[in-house]
Amino acid sequence: MELTLWTYEGPPHIGAMRIATSMKKLHYVLHAPQGDTYADLLFTMIERRGSRPPVTYTTFQARDLGGDTAELVKGHIKEAVDRFNPEALLVGESCTAELIQDQPGSLAKGMGFDIPIVSLELPAYSKKENWGGSETFYQIVRNLLKDHSGESKETWQEEKRRPRVNLLGPTLLGFRCRDDILEIQKLLGQHGIDVNVVAPLGASPADIMRMPDADVNVCLYPEIAESTCIWLERNLNIPFTKTVPLGVGATQDFLRELHEVLGMEIPKSVNESNNSKLTWYSNSVDSNYLTGKRVFIFGDGTHALAAARIANEELGFKVVGLGTYSREMARKVRPAAKALGLEALITNDYLEVEEAIKETSPELVLGTQMERHSAKRLGIPCAVISTPMHVQDVPARYSPQMGWEGANVIFDDWVHPLMMGLEEHLIGMFKHDFEFVDGHQSHLGHLGGKGNQNVNQEVKTKISSDATTSNADPIWTHEGERELSKIPFFVRGKVRRNTENYARQAGCREINEETLYDAKAHYKA
Amino acid sequence: MSGATLLKESGPREVFCGLTSIVWLHRRMPDAFFLVVGSRTCAHLIQSAAGVMIFAEPRFGTAILEERDLAGLADAHDELNRVVKNLLARRPEIKTLFLVGSCPSEVIKIDLSRVAENLNIELKGQVTVLNYSGSGIETTFTQGEDGALKALIPLMPKSNQKKLLLVGTLANAVEDRLISIFNRLGIDNVESFPPRQSTELPSIGPDTKVLLTQPYLTDTARELKNKGAEIIEAPFPLGVTGSTLWIQAAANSFGIEKILVDSILNPLISRAKQALLPHVEKLSGKKLFLLPESQLEIPLARFLSNECGMKIVEIGTPYLNRDLMKAEIDLLPPDCRIVEGQHVEKQLDRVRDSSPDLVVCGMGLANPLEAEGISTKWSIEMVFSPIHGIDQASDLAELFSRPLRRHDILNPKTLTSN
Ligand code: SF4
Ligand code: SF4
Repeated sequence: MELTLWTYEGPPHIGAMRIATSMKKLHYVLHAPQGDTYADLLFTMIERRGSRPPVTYTTFQARDLGGDTAELVKGHIKEAVDRFNPEALLVGESCTAELIQDQPGSLAKGMGFDIPIVSLELPAYSKKENWGGSETFYQIVRNLLKDHSGESKETWQEEKRRPRVNLLGPTLLGFRCRDDILEIQKLLGQHGIDVNVVAPLGASPADIMRMPDADVNVCLYPEIAESTCIWLERNLNIPFTKTVPLGVGATQDFLRELHEVLGMEIPKSVNESNNSKLTWYSNSVDSNYLTGKRVFIFGDGTHALAAARIANEELGFKVVGLGTYSREMARKVRPAAKALGLEALITNDYLEVEEAIKETSPELVLGTQMERHSAKRLGIPCAVISTPMHVQDVPARYSPQMGWEGANVIFDDWVHPLMMGLEEHLIGMFKHDFEFVDGHQSHLGHLGGKGNQNVNQEVKTKISSDATTSNADPIWTHEGERELSKIPFFVRGKVRRNTENYARQAGCREINEETLYDAKAHYKA
Repeated sequence: MSGATLLKESGPREVFCGLTSIVWLHRRMPDAFFLVVGSRTCAHLIQSAAGVMIFAEPRFGTAILEERDLAGLADAHDELNRVVKNLLARRPEIKTLFLVGSCPSEVIKIDLSRVAENLNIELKGQVTVLNYSGSGIETTFTQGEDGALKALIPLMPKSNQKKLLLVGTLANAVEDRLISIFNRLGIDNVESFPPRQSTELPSIGPDTKVLLTQPYLTDTARELKNKGAEIIEAPFPLGVTGSTLWIQAAANSFGIEKILVDSILNPLISRAKQALLPHVEKLSGKKLFLLPESQLEIPLARFLSNECGMKIVEIGTPYLNRDLMKAEIDLLPPDCRIVEGQHVEKQLDRVRDSSPDLVVCGMGLANPLEAEGISTKWSIEMVFSPIHGIDQASDLAELFSRPLRRHDILNPKTLTSN
């Protein structure tokens, strides 16, 4: 049993719903109690979709349990097929139905429909949303294409045509997928590469049947598409790309990789850094202030990994924390963290992430909706880079994350929560003027010193309520406090804690100005 | 009863389960914690229903069942014990802990009452552990509150005092206002259930008269009756008429003279009617369709038709308690169609066929209907907003007139065609 206050991922059938809802002409019959219908609002509210997910819930009740739930399931399946007339049917169960073992998939298969029926087994008590999405996509592709395996096929060179690729992995409720797809299509178009099928987003079962026509699969979101790509490689000999084009460097690597797999010559333009404004903006004098900014990164595996690379190589930040909630991605995130001299934080527990943020006192958090809340409480600027997200993270404007334009968007999104270059100095210079209150941050007023005081307060009460240390707690003198208040707010909490630790170790009862500098020297040494 | 047609429909429903009521219950009783014993779905549901994480550290959580918990029930009890103790160590300020049953915990038959009993013995004094079911196989949306209140009743002390007990969660400001009106009528001893602190439970006895503030408290009302309290029969305090009748019913029951009641209520009534006018103008003649969700559908329909002049196409309700709703149904215009339970697809077909001006519905259905050009109002807003009482009637009406005004602003076409 695991105690959860907020969860990063929903259950696996939510992943299945993301696939079903992303696709066209597909219907999903989900054996589930009525309350599970809440899932519709994820799509109609967070994404403001104008149509309901193509899902029929059986909504069985306790009083049905004694009777024949199998008949109930069959009734709903028949009604759904009659009403929605899908090209293919997904059948599965939510956590409660799994326990009563009606096996709706085999029931559906026995009903004599002449459409493909994909039966989903998504263990709700051991797996989660992304796994469920990945498994569902894989099952759909495998079911629809299983008779194609082993077919040999001509290359684009032999057929004397432009190369074609499939773009795999984008889904609804994925982070900015809709725009990423447009961006990648544009990018490929510039290189003379055609897009065969995009899936699951926007694909019908008939489109899935056309997937074998591609020369290469582009795996854009490994969480969703990797297992499908592996299957397609093994069974249909379609190789796939491993680089996710997030950031300037990764987009260049991606293009190189794709050209290589396709057997195309790599154009020189790939290496040019002015494809995206990120590089120049990052080199511009205003960005000097970004040097070594301490950034904490947490999110899904793909976006966290990409963020670490961009932060480190393209923006000149210092990554002080890196982690993911997706255990499936841990084996990729761990070495990436290690390369940055960190230990990856692999956890489901947002409180643990919040603790880690507090501990590292970053100047910027790149995270999910959860980290936005934690960061807000800690008074630290934050940009959301990954699901789970809030309705405000589904912007009306075009804002991809992938490709050249994606890199531009990332530059803006990550830098805007911070103060800009000269601005930072001006505020430092004028902060003693009466117009400025402590911690004032121009247009970012709400992130100012106030929130931070709360943090200090909290840290303070925490320390003093800790029975083992309370008797030895040093007291801040007026001078000490005054000196502390001169320290930038975003590191003040950490300095306070370090100084108190130092004072305790050194046996000081009082912390004055000098203790503060002693502590500073001690920790620098 | 009036001429309302009562129909029943079965088929796939689209309503929240009883877990959802945790979202307002934990706000009401800040010293309580709601621990759902369930699945990742349950955890995901309350977090989604709570408007995607508005609280940094909420007073609710889920003990998520995992594979090995399903394997051995005895272990599941031990595990739950462990989780509860961890939780209480982390949140020592918690005074009442509700273990909330879910579909999975009920299907695998985790005996939450036994776990609660054992924990109560072990934790004697530190915290009270209670249990109820919010499962989707047993309860819908607001029924969760019914379950939670019912679980608190055995802890209510006995009393022989004459008192008025308001039952059902209200917004604090509304509750204060209603209590002050009762005080002015001379009913001094007014208490609320649930209380604002879970440990400050009102006492109860044969001289307790209960006025229900919410229509979804079937079990709670029955248990209070079993404890000797008297349930005052009245419509619910929505709109001017409903609220007036509701207050009058209490006044009657306390033997307050009509003349006093009138002298206090009449100025409020005329002021409220005045405030209603602009909304009536907007709402009058407009077609309203209520889909089942909160159990407030019948009182809302009664208010919107009788006081705001709306035409009711259909009233959906998750279930119909004929006793508690009798006074409401009697006030409905004749030939109103009430459909209990629902077949979500058929009901939506009827919505489209009748092209209503406004639909009251759950959160999952609202945007799809908006996309079809039909204005909507979220049902869940009714349980979060201060809408009860005479003074709130115009605020209540505004919740419905605003979508219509917005529709007009954004679709000037409709202005010219008028
Ligand atoms: S319907 Fe049942 S399984 Fe679903 S969220 Fe509600 S209690 Fe949990
Ligand atoms: S606090 Fe802000 S980000 Fe968080 S849920 Fe509310 S509106 Fe969304």
